[in-house]
Amino acid sequence: MNLHEYQAKGLFRDYGIPVSTGFAVDTAEEAVEAAKKIGGERWVAKVQVHAGGRGKAGGVKLCDSLDEVRAFAENWIGKNVVTFQTDENGQPVSKIFVESLTDIDRELYLGAVLDRSSRRVVFMASTEGGVEIEKVAEETPEKILRAVINPYVGAQPYQGRQLAFALGLKGEQVKQFTNVFMALSKLFHECDCSLLEINPLVVTKEGNIHCLDAKLGLDGNALYRHPKLKAMHDPSQEDEREAEAAQFNLNYVALDGSIGCMVNGAGLAMGTMDLVKHRGGSPANFLDVGGGATKEAVAEAFKIILSDSNVKAVLINIFGGIVSCATIAEGIIGAVEEVGVNVPVVVRFEGNNAENGRKRLAESGLDITAAKSLTDAADKAVAAAGGKA
Amino acid sequence: MSILIDKNTKVICQGFTGSQGTLHSEQALKYGTALVGGVTPGKGGSEHLGLPVFDTVADAVAKTGATASVIYVPAAFCKDSILEAADAGIELIVCITEGIPALDMLAVKAALDAQPGVRLVGPNCPGVITPGQCKIGIMPGEIHLPGKVGIVSRSGTLTYEAVKQTTDRGFGQSTCVGIGGDPIPGSSFIDILSLFEQDPATEAIVMVGEIGGSAEEEAAEFIKAKVSKPVVGYIAGVTAPPGKRMGHAGAIIAGGKGTAKEKFAALKAAGVRTVESLADIGDALAEVTGWK
Repeated sequence: MNLHEYQAKGLFRDYGIPVSTGFAVDTAEEAVEAAKKIGGERWVAKVQVHAGGRGKAGGVKLCDSLDEVRAFAENWIGKNVVTFQTDENGQPVSKIFVESLTDIDRELYLGAVLDRSSRRVVFMASTEGGVEIEKVAEETPEKILRAVINPYVGAQPYQGRQLAFALGLKGEQVKQFTNVFMALSKLFHECDCSLLEINPLVVTKEGNIHCLDAKLGLDGNALYRHPKLKAMHDPSQEDEREAEAAQFNLNYVALDGSIGCMVNGAGLAMGTMDLVKHRGGSPANFLDVGGGATKEAVAEAFKIILSDSNVKAVLINIFGGIVSCATIAEGIIGAVEEVGVNVPVVVRFEGNNAENGRKRLAESGLDITAAKSLTDAADKAVAAAGGKA
Repeated sequence: MSILIDKNTKVICQGFTGSQGTLHSEQALKYGTALVGGVTPGKGGSEHLGLPVFDTVADAVAKTGATASVIYVPAAFCKDSILEAADAGIELIVCITEGIPALDMLAVKAALDAQPGVRLVGPNCPGVITPGQCKIGIMPGEIHLPGKVGIVSRSGTLTYEAVKQTTDRGFGQSTCVGIGGDPIPGSSFIDILSLFEQDPATEAIVMVGEIGGSAEEEAAEFIKAKVSKPVVGYIAGVTAPPGKRMGHAGAIIAGGKGTAKEKFAALKAAGVRTVESLADIGDALAEVTGWK
């Protein structure tokens, strides 16, 4: 689960990590009030969306007057911002974050991830702040500094100092950076983060270390132990259908093809999409109905798949493990009748009671084709969707 | 022969009296697994499915001599359960549960790394089966056939597909290991590949990977250097969009890394016979082994 910048900065503040004075607001009036409260004559206003590239899209503005703050908020609230990280519809803006202005001397990068291959939390720092860090890692890997956190003892100040000196920081800045590093590591572990990024981390004109941006991703599996963080979830930033599916414990990811896929198991769901492509079609979605594949789950899955108007056929691929295909066949028949499915449905059953499942489908009198094999199923679905792409 | 488990492996179940533990313990007993008891704190001294229930894993090990444990407890308690099993002297811990926080697994892995002789398989996996001998996990037993192919996979249902194809052709399986779909698994592809390489009963290997991380690329390096047996490889997620989690916690292309394309290329470069369609695993095996 991703947090908005203003939420991440709120956490930073709680951990004593230096951020600007700022307020997240819902209306232009509140934006002006926030700017007045912050004081001074110049402010930064930023749209709050779960996507990078806001600056280039006009979603970050240096405002020289209260009128500019108002105009920025009026312009953005209720609209969508399209960046290189969003789709063509963009992400909806419901909040604006108004902050005091920081005069920048240097821009640095500081981030942390859970590194799968070393199985450690790893901090990364770079003198190349303010730019895309993936690009830096690709083109000039030597400019990425690393600190690996020991799981037994946690982050140590020397690691912060090492990074600080390597970044060319001096005097008090080294101490400040080390404090930020230690506090971030504490936050990362205590809040079950999966990703943390400050880009840029700046040295101000006054010579202080300061977090200008903040990006936090949380481990969805750990949210049960963080009710306060869980409450920060903003469903408006997610694909509507994906959010809907999640409510029914279905894993759904929208794609742009014409063959809706309903599969039990995440790996097989991916494998089925790949097979559709391999046989000349294009998958409309990833959808894992789970091991049970109950009638309710199948009905919801149909509704979500069919809410995508590009879908011309549905391919159901079930490998019956503990659950019998005959039971799942009942679920499919019930769901097709209930939802009123108006596109061809191809079903492939394998495993537990597959033969009976196919028989049940054949006897139902519904427009459901039982396939003989995996490849046959993909071919039939591709043909039903209007042939090869 | 086989790897990890056989008919003599004594198994206990943690989360024995819960619904999942009960369902899959019944199936395991039916399959012939030497399940010798279970653990549910507070229910020690009682009986479940005709087997003794213990309060602690240490008790269960002392009374039954179990060397393997399967875990069905809820995700929030798995860290505790895995470490309890390791501390009690269990050699093989199979954790089926999905949804364990990644930082819990990081801590568990660090602790287990300091305890040589303890192996964890999973979490978020179907388990381990040596056909005809011992089934630890949630896989359907009847699709398996004792035989000569070792199967290792990050996905449950994709493992079943590979199993089915090797059963249909009569090749059978030596042992099948689901290493699970989480970002930090207890056992890696390399751990299991090296066991298959040493196992005389395993004549060929099927490896099923998916997008996310670099475990397949690391496995490819290992295969190139250390595996002499023929390997058939499949990677799921060619059509997966970047930045989206595809069901499994670990199945995500992040920062442009972990794509199926890169993984296929690494396996190919290591001499693995790769298949683009998961329906072709059986055919590819026949081709690389010359088996009819």
